[in-house]
Amino acid sequence: MRAVTVVGAGLAGWHAVRELRDQGFDGTITVIGAEPQRPYDRPPLSKRFLRGEIDEAELALADEAELAEVDAHWRTGRRAVRLDRHTRTVELDDGTLIASDGVVIATGALARTLPGLTDVAGVHTLRTLADARALRTALTEGTPRTVVIGAGFVGAEVAATCHALGLPVTVVEALDVPLARVLGPTVGAICGELHRDHGVTMHCGFGVAGLRTEPNRGDGAGGDTDRTGSTRVTAVLGRDGRELAADVVVIGIGSRPAVDWLAGSGVDIADGVGCDAGGATALPGVVALGDVARYADPAGGSRRHEHWTAAVEQAPVAVRTLLTGRSRGESGTDPVPNRVPYFWSDQYSTRIQLAGHPDADDDLAVVEGSFADRDFVSVYRRQGRLTGVVAMNRGRCFTRLRRELRAEVERAVESSPAAST
Amino acid sequence: MIPVCTLAELPPGESVRVLAPRPVAVFNADGELYAIDDTCSHQDAALSDGWLEGCLIECPLHAAMFDLRTGMPTGPPARRPVRTYPVVLVGDMIHVDTSVREPVA
Ligand SMILES: Cc1cc2nc3c(=O)[nH]c(=O)nc-3n(C[C@H](O)[C@H](O)[C@H](O)COP(=O)(O)OP(=O)(O)OC[C@H]3O[C@@H](n4cnc5c(N)ncnc54)[C@H](O)[C@@H]3O)c2cc1C
Ligand code: FES
Repeated sequence: MRAVTVVGAGLAGWHAVRELRDQGFDGTITVIGAEPQRPYDRPPLSKRFLRGEIDEAELALADEAELAEVDAHWRTGRRAVRLDRHTRTVELDDGTLIASDGVVIATGALARTLPGLTDVAGVHTLRTLADARALRTALTEGTPRTVVIGAGFVGAEVAATCHALGLPVTVVEALDVPLARVLGPTVGAICGELHRDHGVTMHCGFGVAGLRTEPNRGDGAGGDTDRTGSTRVTAVLGRDGRELAADVVVIGIGSRPAVDWLAGSGVDIADGVGCDAGGATALPGVVALGDVARYADPAGGSRRHEHWTAAVEQAPVAVRTLLTGRSRGESGTDPVPNRVPYFWSDQYSTRIQLAGHPDADDDLAVVEGSFADRDFVSVYRRQGRLTGVVAMNRGRCFTRLRRELRAEVERAVESSPAAST
Repeated sequence: MIPVCTLAELPPGESVRVLAPRPVAVFNADGELYAIDDTCSHQDAALSDGWLEGCLIECPLHAAMFDLRTGMPTGPPARRPVRTYPVVLVGDMIHVDTSVREPVA
């Protein structure tokens, strides 16, 4: 293999580049990134960066020395628009064609939005540094009344940041219990309580009917200087007729995989790029990882793992698959990513950590602390088998149980007859 | 010198956090005592909550590993070392000396 093109210069793309060199690849690496920046870290965008505690330089995933060391060609500020299935040529938005022997798909995900709201001043999503800059500006001029649509992790973190900035903030959530699908109803409800503990208004079971807008005078009225957009938001409208006044609206309703550029390439792009458990796609010489990828689950089925740690753990595996031309299972010795997924979220002064993928109706038992104090470690079990660990502010015990879960899952996989498939 | 706890209170494999002006984590790694900055040099996590294996501590947030002897990270995502501090046993009492900044080896 002489040349590899990495499409997407985020966390997954950067770790793929590092792994290529760490695994001895000495050919040409070209990295294509739609954003102008070198790889940066997204999790702080809703937390410390939005609070103004760290600056852009501190978001960088790599310093100058590391960038020099990997010796890659960077094509940032350019978007890939097409992948040719026969020649593995990547076409950029300026018409440039980049041919290579291997392609790494690492284009991540894009913030989902509500239809028809792209051009309304005061309405934000949060995925990129540019989004975070714009939102930070909107939140720091005056004291805008903010409504966050969606109480998922990003929405909850934005609400907590607004609270920390001293802004009046309201959260609306379509589900009756926030995060119930990820954390189960009990822990999901406790996450909802976290907002209420801090005096943040939270409306669950709230269907958004639309926004009330007015012509945008572009004079910065309403607490932000966003002069784009022909209209400006003034309120969020509920399906039940409720109306919540808002100067700033943040839409936090999840993301969708950035796969548009792969249409017609022969890669499976139904709900993310379909891969086997080693990151191989349907096309030889093309692997995928990170938020854009949907990995086959060793336990059956497949899923996307839209978390920081997943991208990092998938990198060594996907790169080995690319360089050896053999995916996991055939070589038998490769580590398998995603067996025990992990993520954290920081909201108010609480750190939430989850390991595993419990089902919403798994049994839940407190191991340490108490739900009432929002300070606990709990385990999920299904038919007596450990399926997950969740904690608020209990890093130590969580870390130990996360280890135990990992060991248990490894044992279960090794002893199952399907282990070699 | 800041008193930490007695040796009996910190058995092998255990760690304790000391709230000095800058929080310090003290470890008993198979009988050897070490003290380092408690706050990970990467982002915002307490290394005393981490996973101790031999002379290495794994950060509980993003799994960066630090060598307790030197404070050096063994790989990403951490890039900067954490400070190390001398640990002194006075009788049965463990102390850390936070006034000395041990040079990073
Ligand atoms: C605000 C926020 C907070 C988060 N907080 C946490 C957290 O606390 N804990 C946690 O575990 N995870 C968190 N995450 C998730 C985590 O950041 C992601 O899982 C991680 O960034 C995934 O990395 P990635 O490289 O796959 O995708 P991305 O980081 O999305 O990177 C993909 C890159 O590809 C580029 N790209 C897209 N399309 C193209 C194209 N056609 N051509 C070229 N380039 C393209 C994009 O511009 C982007 O730079 C958070 C995410 C956000 C947005
Ligand atoms: S905070 Fe320790 S590795 Fe990130």
